[in-house]
Amino acid sequence: MSKRRLSLQGATGQIGTILVTLLGLLILTFIIGRMMPADPVRAIVGEDATRETYEQVFRSLGLDRPLWEQFFYYLGDVLTGDFGTSIRTGQPVIQDILHVMPATIELATFAILIGAGLGVPMGVIAAVNKDRWPDHVVRVLSLFGHSMPIFWTGMIALIVLYAKLDLVGGSGRMDQFYIGLVPETTGFLLIDSLLAGEMDVFWSAVNHLILPASLLGYSSSAYITRMTRSFMLDQLGQEYITTARVKGLSKHQTIWRHAFVNIRVQLVTIVALAYGSLLEGAVLIETVFAWPGFGQYLTSNLIIGDMNAVMTCVLIVGVIFIALNLLSDVLYRLFDPRTR
Amino acid sequence: MTSPILDVKNLHIRYGGASADAVRGVSFTLGRERLGIVGESGSGKSTVGRALLRLLPSAKITAETMRFEDIELLSLTEKQMLGIRGRRMSMILQDPKFSLNPIRKVGDQVAETYLRHFKCSRKEAGEKAIAMLEAVKIRDPERVCEQYPHEISGGMGQRVMIAMMLLADPDVVIADEPTSALDVTVRLQVLNILDSLVRDRGIGLIMISHDLNLVRNFCDRVLIMYAGRVVETLAARDLDKAQHPYTRGLLAAQPRIGGARAPLAVLDRRPEWLEEVSR
Ligand SMILES: Nc1ncnc2c1ncn2[C@@H]1O[C@H](COP(=O)(O)OP(=O)(O)OP(=O)(O)O)[C@@H](O)[C@H]1O
Ligand SMILES: [Mg+2]
Repeated sequence: MSKRRLSLQGATGQIGTILVTLLGLLILTFIIGRMMPADPVRAIVGEDATRETYEQVFRSLGLDRPLWEQFFYYLGDVLTGDFGTSIRTGQPVIQDILHVMPATIELATFAILIGAGLGVPMGVIAAVNKDRWPDHVVRVLSLFGHSMPIFWTGMIALIVLYAKLDLVGGSGRMDQFYIGLVPETTGFLLIDSLLAGEMDVFWSAVNHLILPASLLGYSSSAYITRMTRSFMLDQLGQEYITTARVKGLSKHQTIWRHAFVNIRVQLVTIVALAYGSLLEGAVLIETVFAWPGFGQYLTSNLIIGDMNAVMTCVLIVGVIFIALNLLSDVLYRLFDPRTR
Repeated sequence: MTSPILDVKNLHIRYGGASADAVRGVSFTLGRERLGIVGESGSGKSTVGRALLRLLPSAKITAETMRFEDIELLSLTEKQMLGIRGRRMSMILQDPKFSLNPIRKVGDQVAETYLRHFKCSRKEAGEKAIAMLEAVKIRDPERVCEQYPHEISGGMGQRVMIAMMLLADPDVVIADEPTSALDVTVRLQVLNILDSLVRDRGIGLIMISHDLNLVRNFCDRVLIMYAGRVVETLAARDLDKAQHPYTRGLLAAQPRIGGARAPLAVLDRRPEWLEEVSR
């Protein structure tokens, strides 16, 4: 009874924290928007507009109002789902983003599967064999992944694996030939092509995805490896591991049934964070591979100072991280009995 | 006297990276009795206990013999050793706050010992665990099985530990300071439970402790260790007649209820004691 009340209080507290964080985030994006060196009025009216037109647009955007008033207008717009129109594309920003996001999600999801699939086992192997040769090998591998200049590696990989050996697809999400063949239902090409029953398009998409996803995955595996190793070392040094061994459990059973099970929440948390940064920050890979995703959209808008678009992108990145933090809190509550 | 369960001769242990042996030529035997090992911090008591179960992966262990019944422990493979640990020899660790897995239910953890060594269903193992928890005087064992380690008290945690380590009916149990992390009020209770189980089942017990009074009351024989060596072996009731100056020093440094209120003696340590014994 009292336990339930407590967790209810916890939930309300959590919602409060989220609201405050969101408000902070909105203030931040607002400030970023106002501090951008671009002139939004000039971007709309063009270089040759008369002073009168300029002033008129200036007022119609509410820029003559005090800052706090402008902020409340902005807040109201965001709350009603109005994120403005992109100057560059002339489309509502939210529509643009809904269009580019699936490409990035597809890439990031494959990358994180590869990154965690490599990083977690490597981290466990390194921890179990601390200071012996497997640990050193893993350290070198992950150092390499960490310091690899992804722009350069991406280009080399494209030249070798695509242009020379033709093992994988080139840039873009599919071969030129297939573009426009499947209707955009979900925006996820792998799903849309399956829905349309176009297996050729599906395999072309997989072929194009595999190289950038592997590169991103490998580079994010460095962080995942390092964290897994340190979480495991922490657990393996605990006394309950000795207890497990005294019971007669083998090394293998001790590692997987005790130590590893105890780090799963921490693992999910850091994998989620790595996933978050992939969603936000695959800019370089998207550029090299001409991948029409969120990273490209954000940079092109930053360059020309498309205020509404940039503000919304920043807002989305923030919301992604708030959501991931929330996820990890929920996981702790579910899987760690000490937090209940 | 019947042949001992454990026979250890001239045991040496050196930790990886250390420049000197942590245990230097320890010899003793254990029958179906309760053997105390006392000595100051760092004298090598835990190291001996863990070496018996071959739990020191980084340490180099050598001995003329380290025999359990007719098994030479040092020549077993790790795989063969897995059949000994938990099943034939087990160990009760010091502090249940750390020695129980924090995120697994108590019942699961106890039953795991049984599941590991006997072919049986989870349900059967669970029933064995409940019966054993009853044997260590836990009321309402079904409920405790569903709890997590942080939800039970230290005294109860240590009884859970005892249940876990006696569940597969071992012949030797090593208890490494089993009550030093507990409240004084429950120490005696836990010790009595351990003592009666060990006697009933004819288990050979090695009780590692700092506390001479505890060892005097709960053991038959006592080894006194100093700097990696056994300096003296005595029947517990003869502790007061100890010959060795180090043991006498230890005795003098023990507080006594109702004793004179003179300041406690300070331990005397002499390097020559390292040389004179176990030659
Ligand atoms: N893992 C280890 N690596 C290196 N040296 C160790 C290790 N564990 C213990 N030692 C050393 O071995 C010696 C004996 O330690 P041990 O823990 O066996 O003593 P103890 O008698 O159990 O002491 P305490 O009463 O404090 O538990 C000490 O000098 C200690 O520093
Ligand atoms: Mg010790």
